[in-house]
Amino acid sequence: MESPAKKGSKNLRYFVDKSSDGLDVKEFFNKTTDVTNSGLKKNVVKEWKDGDHRRQPVDPFANNRFVSKDKIKKYERKKKMNSYSATKYQKFRKRLTNEEKKRQNSIGFAARSELLLPEMSGYLEAEDNEQTYQITQQEIVESVDITSATKHFDLNLDQLGPYYVNYFRNGRKLLIGGQRGHVAAMDWVTKELMCEFNVQESVHDIHWLHMPTMFAVAQRDWVYIYDSKGTQIHCLKKMYRVYKLDFLHYHFLLVSASDNGHISWLDVSMGKMVSTAKMKVPRLTAMKQNPYNAIIATAHPNGTVDMWSPNQKERVVSMLCHGSAVRDIAFDCEGQYMVSAGIDRSLKVWDIRNYKCLQSYSLRSMPSHLDVSQRNLVGVSVGNVVEIYNDCFRQPVDTPYMRHRLNHAVSDLEFCNFEDILGIGHKNGFTSVIIPGSGEPNFDALEANPYMTPSQRKEMEVKALLEKIPSELISLEPNILGSVDRQSLVKQMEDKKSVNYVKPKDIELQSISKKKRTKSAKKAKVKKGLKNAIIREEIKQNVSQKVHKKKDKQNKQKNTKATQKHVLDRFKPKSN
Amino acid sequence: MKVKVLSRSHFQYMRETKHDIHKVERNYSPSLHPFETNREYKRALNAVKMDRMFAKPFMGSLDGHSDVVQTLAKHPTRLSTLVSGAANGEIKVWNLCDRKCVKAIAAHNGIVRNICVPLHGQYFFSVDDQTIKQWSFDGFDDTTTDATAVPPMNTLISKTVIHGMDIQRNKPFLITCGEKVDLWEESRTQPLRSYRWGADSVNCIKFNPIETDLCVGAASDRSIQIYDTRKSDPLRKVVLKMRTNNIAWNPMEAFVFTAANEDNDLYTFDMRNLKAALQVHKDHVSAVIDVDYSPTGKEFVSGSYDKTIRIFGVESGRSRDVYHTKRMQRLTAVRWTSDNKYLISASDEMDIRIWKAFASEKLGHKSFREQSAFDYQQKLMDKYANHPEMKRIARHRHVPKHIVQSAKEKRLMIGAEKRKEANRRVHSKPGTIGYESERTKSIISEEK
Repeated sequence: MESPAKKGSKNLRYFVDKSSDGLDVKEFFNKTTDVTNSGLKKNVVKEWKDGDHRRQPVDPFANNRFVSKDKIKKYERKKKMNSYSATKYQKFRKRLTNEEKKRQNSIGFAARSELLLPEMSGYLEAEDNEQTYQITQQEIVESVDITSATKHFDLNLDQLGPYYVNYFRNGRKLLIGGQRGHVAAMDWVTKELMCEFNVQESVHDIHWLHMPTMFAVAQRDWVYIYDSKGTQIHCLKKMYRVYKLDFLHYHFLLVSASDNGHISWLDVSMGKMVSTAKMKVPRLTAMKQNPYNAIIATAHPNGTVDMWSPNQKERVVSMLCHGSAVRDIAFDCEGQYMVSAGIDRSLKVWDIRNYKCLQSYSLRSMPSHLDVSQRNLVGVSVGNVVEIYNDCFRQPVDTPYMRHRLNHAVSDLEFCNFEDILGIGHKNGFTSVIIPGSGEPNFDALEANPYMTPSQRKEMEVKALLEKIPSELISLEPNILGSVDRQSLVKQMEDKKSVNYVKPKDIELQSISKKKRTKSAKKAKVKKGLKNAIIREEIKQNVSQKVHKKKDKQNKQKNTKATQKHVLDRFKPKSN
Repeated sequence: MKVKVLSRSHFQYMRETKHDIHKVERNYSPSLHPFETNREYKRALNAVKMDRMFAKPFMGSLDGHSDVVQTLAKHPTRLSTLVSGAANGEIKVWNLCDRKCVKAIAAHNGIVRNICVPLHGQYFFSVDDQTIKQWSFDGFDDTTTDATAVPPMNTLISKTVIHGMDIQRNKPFLITCGEKVDLWEESRTQPLRSYRWGADSVNCIKFNPIETDLCVGAASDRSIQIYDTRKSDPLRKVVLKMRTNNIAWNPMEAFVFTAANEDNDLYTFDMRNLKAALQVHKDHVSAVIDVDYSPTGKEFVSGSYDKTIRIFGVESGRSRDVYHTKRMQRLTAVRWTSDNKYLISASDEMDIRIWKAFASEKLGHKSFREQSAFDYQQKLMDKYANHPEMKRIARHRHVPKHIVQSAKEKRLMIGAEKRKEANRRVHSKPGTIGYESERTKSIISEEK
């Protein structure tokens, strides 16, 4: 592969590997060794002179910055901007090109930094005669190391009812709540119990709040907030008869769906009720948040899935997903796909950006719960059995990836973040099941850190509070702030036009390439195109004629060469 | 079957002892970082609010003068030395770090019009109405703070009244302005050359720091005149609507200067094209008395008769910041120190004040992390600068009541004028009344 990079260029450029789509690790290492060898030969480390601050040591990897196109696409939030179409003014064009260069550099850096990620994701591959869904948890536990083996465990709690499960965002703390009132919070990795108590009432849902120091329990009448030691901190009387809870982490909003058909958003940092909305269909079967845009989706017994935002009193979107009741829905972490399970034994995959159904699977029996892991594994509970499907969004899948049979009906299902674990709450307690390849292997310590120390937790809490996104910014499109508000600009300019003493500005509101053309201009263009096409044809013909002529000439030459007259030719016999 | 389950060894992710730093593993994948724009916007809002919270520009004052401080002079090579001249002829040399007067000299019998320090900084010149005196920087002791009558190194007497003076950057020439513009050599008692254009006196004259033979002067016939000391005649002049009080050259652009005008505005001109100003800077509500450039050449500070100091960017028409105090009366001189960090202002109530050039800047040594945090905040503020909330917070300044009132009145008057112009335009044939650019409005003519 040629390296188009200039040697020692200060403008670092990341070159897309056009020949192959993936970066072959072996190739990469071979290449680096070559370069380092040559680098060493060239005496890479230069002596820094005293006081010479600006001289930088030569980077031996300077010419080897190849990153595959997919990776660059992953980190590229927006397509590369062409500053020529953005503005016609030289001064601003220069500025824009400089900014764009910097942006491309940072994209390249981020894509290349993937090399530094320490962990690789898990996998499960079956031998020839075996299928992956035939492999039991026992077999996995036997063939895996001790620490991973201990991650599969069973909590036998048969007296206090079917259990709800909630893992904290960093995948470290587990909260289980039994319907008869048993609530327990623990660190499931070290099996250290944080608190355990009985609320003496029915528990309908549980959820961790922004830090593992607080959690919310939806009890019979109201929602209560408890400390990690089990002390009751708040009783939220404004949330009456709640049976579904969720927490919007970046907005500090606790969302609850109550029996009387209301969804309410409560700001946990300030203790204020931000908004309430009355559902059209008062009964709901599931409530989940879309992690991409913090919109709450509710599934209803009439087959619809509604989407709610705290800024609107009515539902933002209403989709008819199934012909009969929807049992559960789940979103993937990037907010691109939604999976919905209906009573009609169907599992549908929706592209939630375009609201189109991508796949439709049919299950053995009526599904009850649904969850999507960080790496897009879908877990469905069908009666006693939990089935996991791998990579079922883009292309259809025939068989499940894994299957796990329990003794009792499943009451809750949740994948653990950053771990290859699925937590199943059922009538007799809680089971933790190993699903290789479900967890994201590399976490970002500044977002959710499984190894969070108390001092780090305090820092993160403060930073999260400072960066708390105001609830007014929740909308279907989360990146509205980054786009140009053309409407209000147009309005402003029109207002200014009415004021006569200001000279009307000559600003082009649309980028040059997107200019609309009038009918007559279009016609002229078409005419020109036709003319050009005719001319092109003629040129082609001319060229082909010329080529033929040339060929003929060459042939003639060959022939003439063959039939060149020689002095002694007259003595040859004449051939007819 | 082949199995691999995610198992992390906590040794890789947790620190060994409490004296180590915490291990922070990063993953920049966008799926782990939702709501990027919103969080960044919130951070930008926080940055702007903190910027306003920490905006405390006033640092200290140097008092000791017993009469109005008329002029200030920076030492070209020593950052902590400042020379100030008062209306009773007193000159004081200050140490800015200790904020103490190093030496006081009873220099002149009249108002000290101007003080200049040449590039080598071994002595300085001061001028009052008729004499130019040369003083040395040595021989000062901290004990005496009263003005002593130290004899000057040299005295030059002028035959005509002097209003201002400047010194050439690399040659031992002084130029004084008054009834006529005189070019002096440091040791000669007679001026080398005299320039005169008409019968008007020149109020202020400044040498170009880059093209060292050029100088610009403001005359009382409301014009700005350009001289070249290599020639015997003045070069050019541009006549404005009102008189210019003071002029400053841009230390980075060789041909750009800013003139502080009586009509509450500052005009930045390109010397090569005096037909139109490069930029008109409007924000003062009263006459602008003094102007000085920042050593970066991108901003300048102006002090005006309305008791405020404003900082403008060279390309912007409005001020970036405004400093005022109840105790500060009419400004007489402002300077921007050569390390781009402080402003020094001299005013009518005999006080010299030191201000921060960047009001919320943390002074002193900043650790690398601190500096990166500040840089990040600055970049965020620049990125989201056009959002209405951000603009509102960043623009918010408390300004004395009399200025608010004056600005309101001014706005009304200008609004009335423009409305009339608009009506004229509407009720006449379209195209007959053209638009006049703000940058050429105040220029009456250009003459050679």
